[in-house]
Amino acid sequence: MREYLDFEKPIAEIEDKLEKLTAAAQGRPSAEDDLRKLRTKLHQLQAEIYAGLTPWQRTQVARHPQRPSALDYIGRICDSFQELHGDRLYGDDQAIVAGFAKLNGQSVVVIGPQKGKTLKERMQRNFGMPNPEGYRKALRLMRLAEKFNKPVVTLIDTPGAYPGIGAEERGQAEAIARNLFTMASLKVPIVSIVIGEGGSGGALAIGVADRLLMLQNAVYSVISPEGCAAILWDDPKKAPDAAEALKMTAADLLRLGVVDEILPEPPGGAHRDPMAMCDAVKKAIALHLGEMLELPLEELLRRRTRKYRKIGVLGGE
Amino acid sequence: MAWFKKERSAHEDEDRKKVKVPEGLWLKCNHCRAIVYRKEVERSAKVCPKCEYHFPISVEDRIDLLLDLGTFREWSPDLAPADPLHFKDTKRYTDRIQAAQQSTGKKDAMVIGEGRINGNRIALGVFHFGFMGGSMGSVVGEKVALAADGALRERIPLVMVTTSGGARMQEGILSLMQMAKTAAAVSRLAEARIPYIAILADPTFGGVTASFAMLADVILAEPKALIGFAGPRVIEQTIKQQLPQEFQRAEFLLEHGMIDQIVPRKRLKETVSSLVGFF
Ligand SMILES: [Zn+2]
Repeated sequence: MREYLDFEKPIAEIEDKLEKLTAAAQGRPSAEDDLRKLRTKLHQLQAEIYAGLTPWQRTQVARHPQRPSALDYIGRICDSFQELHGDRLYGDDQAIVAGFAKLNGQSVVVIGPQKGKTLKERMQRNFGMPNPEGYRKALRLMRLAEKFNKPVVTLIDTPGAYPGIGAEERGQAEAIARNLFTMASLKVPIVSIVIGEGGSGGALAIGVADRLLMLQNAVYSVISPEGCAAILWDDPKKAPDAAEALKMTAADLLRLGVVDEILPEPPGGAHRDPMAMCDAVKKAIALHLGEMLELPLEELLRRRTRKYRKIGVLGGE
Repeated sequence: MAWFKKERSAHEDEDRKKVKVPEGLWLKCNHCRAIVYRKEVERSAKVCPKCEYHFPISVEDRIDLLLDLGTFREWSPDLAPADPLHFKDTKRYTDRIQAAQQSTGKKDAMVIGEGRINGNRIALGVFHFGFMGGSMGSVVGEKVALAADGALRERIPLVMVTTSGGARMQEGILSLMQMAKTAAAVSRLAEARIPYIAILADPTFGGVTASFAMLADVILAEPKALIGFAGPRVIEQTIKQQLPQEFQRAEFLLEHGMIDQIVPRKRLKETVSSLVGFF
């Protein structure tokens, strides 16, 4: 079953019609013409609707329950994957998946939060909100990547770091900070792709990278639009306004110089054609990794240092 | 992030209505809620005589408290914020900046510079909580980086004093990126083996805790200071339970192994001085 978002209603109607017509046509050549017309109309409508999405609508697409997850990408684009568990300190956080993978024959360490698709899976994965153990597992694997001179690929899709009592007790802030600190000078290339939701510090904790890419409908923000609306407007219903004000879409982040490239999504979003999306992601990772693997290590680190040293916009005077 | 400021002031507003504290002579403690004599608090470096809670103090008072008299030289005092997002909620960001600049006399929420502590040179950064809740945007991030750069160049220890609600929402993703920027800046200090000491004061939250604040070689905190990643009300709303007593207080962090020492204000200078003497 396909799930439709509010603004996709016209698309849902045409798809419904298409389905019925296809069933009724039963391969009759006379129906072919109608079907073709309807399909063209569908594609036009999809293109139109998706071209004009508001930031809040895009946030809904980024959070779409059927959107491909880190594990979907790993399964499709990696030749092999060995998941590794645990932070060796406290536990194994299933909100983050991490392991060794082969990508076009190249060994890489892959890290990505996983929100889960069914309710049971979502509970198990804490809706993709990592605890400190998740970040420390990621850190442990990044250290392994460095030790064995393998690049790191992170696939970002998380509402944010989990705000819980245990998370605070076990040092959520320290765990995030330590990752930022370590990634700033990790001696291997790092490519990060925001594939869905980039939720604040919890996303950045696996997102300090030589190259930061974003899918066309992904979002990345300092705070969720709901959270921002609750604080600044004192009204969570103002989330659409907050989404607009926060400049959190891929196009905004490209303009602000925070992301390096936007990966276009198939018509109607990544979830409409996950295979095509996976292939595009695979191509982009290979391209960027290839470029960075050619750089001498010193140059790679010099560029990373410069990139983060100059990030931000200062006023006049 | 930056959840903290609003909740706290909402709390305070409520309490103020209930208790009706007379302005001026008396002060209500943020921690034990006792009504205390303002003069007595001010005489003891703004510490509650009933519970030892450490009230926020101004940047100038903080500098006087830590450094040898008259030795502070400010670095990059003219750095001012921009409005790269053209951000507007119920107010324009530019209006908020202007109001904060007028009420505080500061350009943004951080002052950096160098001075001496019992004769030893240090680089120092101090948050000003009164400027938009001490939130970290591009200027704060740049100043933290400049303080670290200066410490590296001069090969002198870096001391940072934090009071902040976290990242500044009005600069969006650029504020978030200041976490990476400041963490990278102190990682260069670490590589060069330049000592870095953090002093966490009430309150320190969000993107500040989760970046350079928790990355110091030695982390001190003031008694009863609230320190955490997520603000208490966000946690309460998420888990739908009451939070334990004294949750996220400095004492709680010490017990959980997250900080090195809790240091009362009147012993802060000698403690930092002694730590600096170790390196
Ligand atoms: Zn008190």
